[in-house]
Amino acid sequence: MNPLKKLWNYVTDTQVWKSIFRHGTPDNPRDQSLAVLSNVALHLHPVKTRKSGVRMSFTWCMGGLTFFIFLVESVTGILLMFYYRPTLEFAYNDIIALREHVPLGILREIHRWGAHSMVITVWLHMFRVFMTGSYKPPREFNWGVGVILLVLTMLLSFTGYLLPWDQLAIWAITVGANMGAATPFAGVEGPGTMLLKIGDISLVHSGNDAKFGLLAGRFIGEATLLRFYVLHCIALPFVAAMLIAVHFWRVRKDGGISGPL
Amino acid sequence: MEWLKDVVNFLSNPTIFFTGAVVLWVLIMKYYRIWTAPKFIKTVTILSVIALGAALFDPNFAKEALKPDNVPIWIMIYSVGFFFWLAMRRGLLNDDLMAEGLPNLEKQESDKRVYTWPDLVYSELICMVLFTAFLVGWSVILKAPLEDPANAGVTPAIAKAPWYFLGLQEILVYYDPWMAGVILPGLIVVGLIAMPYFDMNPKGNGYYTIKERFWALWVWGFGFVVLWIALIFLGTFMRGPGWNFFGPFEYWDSHKVVALANINLSEIVWVQLFNIGLPSNILVRESVGIILTVLYMSVIPPLLAKTFLKKLYEEMGLVRYSLMIVLVLIMASLPIKMYLRWSFNLKYIVSIPEYMFNL
Repeated sequence: MNPLKKLWNYVTDTQVWKSIFRHGTPDNPRDQSLAVLSNVALHLHPVKTRKSGVRMSFTWCMGGLTFFIFLVESVTGILLMFYYRPTLEFAYNDIIALREHVPLGILREIHRWGAHSMVITVWLHMFRVFMTGSYKPPREFNWGVGVILLVLTMLLSFTGYLLPWDQLAIWAITVGANMGAATPFAGVEGPGTMLLKIGDISLVHSGNDAKFGLLAGRFIGEATLLRFYVLHCIALPFVAAMLIAVHFWRVRKDGGISGPL
Repeated sequence: MEWLKDVVNFLSNPTIFFTGAVVLWVLIMKYYRIWTAPKFIKTVTILSVIALGAALFDPNFAKEALKPDNVPIWIMIYSVGFFFWLAMRRGLLNDDLMAEGLPNLEKQESDKRVYTWPDLVYSELICMVLFTAFLVGWSVILKAPLEDPANAGVTPAIAKAPWYFLGLQEILVYYDPWMAGVILPGLIVVGLIAMPYFDMNPKGNGYYTIKERFWALWVWGFGFVVLWIALIFLGTFMRGPGWNFFGPFEYWDSHKVVALANINLSEIVWVQLFNIGLPSNILVRESVGIILTVLYMSVIPPLLAKTFLKKLYEEMGLVRYSLMIVLVLIMASLPIKMYLRWSFNLKYIVSIPEYMFNL
């Protein structure tokens, strides 16, 4: 017998292996089913899938890739958090340190290009869902959840853009934050805002309008950095994770990967 | 070569660029039978890559095109192009099959079930591995950008949002921030969520098709490809310091001065047409713009419901139809405003700076 095969048989026969994998080699229907059913990640899938739905030319694998990139971003993001402090004193220097002191380091690159990729894969996933009419009943609600996830993806990218604290970062965020000031009735430069006053006292001013809420101040500063950091690392990923769970669950409940009725 | 660059620079002018994008979209949706042929698209791709490669020899073009943060745009454009082709190709094949009374490509296999292990999980694994290799390669080749430390006192020649928002930033040329930055993005989200409830066509659910839902593809694709992606392209590569227009091969001169000759509708009416000066009463002053806006939003919907969209209106009912047509009209207002700006230098249709309300 082949010694490798022998070793394999020995390993898969140990109590440790059997305690982890509760099925044999998935080369028969029973073990193929168990492989999917008894694995927490794989059980997101049904045991059997429409043949038309497993074709790459049908799904483009963009939804799956988006989720994969979300995981990549989570892992690289957690690693980056070990080396980054969101304060005016340290933020920029910590990024410099990552660049200058880590030989062959590509952690930040993976995180940044992964983020750009995720924006693209989300668009392509939506594009595929649109082109196959998969948002139609019974999947209307899940399409809506997906749209919110699209917004979250762009907000995650947007909040992450500020963190390196370089010129590129603050001026890009300035462009976005100025939009907050233009919110109707809620931004200091927005239409209708000046109507909201009691006597001569404006209810909405630069110290409490939408832009102030976004930046945690009248201008981009340390409070903004902390706010964007918490949003980027905790708040938005938390909401996204919740909605991803809903999204996946609804994919299954609505009949799995779409196909002709 | 210089004359060719000059031609491209000239053709990239927002007016021509946007008109070209609209015309191209109309042609794309009309002659999809021609361009979805694999041979055709292969030729176009190769030619475009050669043209792009040649253009990179120009230092002004290369500077923006190869900026690390702009590289994803090229990946986005080529991948959207490829997948759009793929979807249209399959749609066409399906339409031909169904025209002969045969089941479409998806239908042929949708009743068969295969085991998720290995048929699905292996494709997923391969995708993940290939993508990881791609991402690592990308990260090794291109360093993440880092500019000078943040300094609120030093204003850069041009402040741009991240590239995926540049379509919206481009809209800022034609709409005030409250529209371009708040209302329109908000309505894009609302419109996307509402879309499945507007599209009542039961056909084309779960398979690629063009014929069965031609106008849905047409309108949605116009929004995605022309109003979103083409404007991102314009905003990234053709907008330099001061958000002034620069051709792809032009040097981004931060001292370029463009005369601002834009005037409001009220000025056109009261000053240029009647020659009597602006009325002091705001409502009188803006009456023409307000009436036009109200007419646009209130007369066109019933008019369409009675004529071109009669069938659609009857299917959708009053509430659905009204909500949809309002969103579509707001979407259509963007190109309308763009052309009004280009042809009449029109700044605002309704301009009430007293209350920061400009339309």
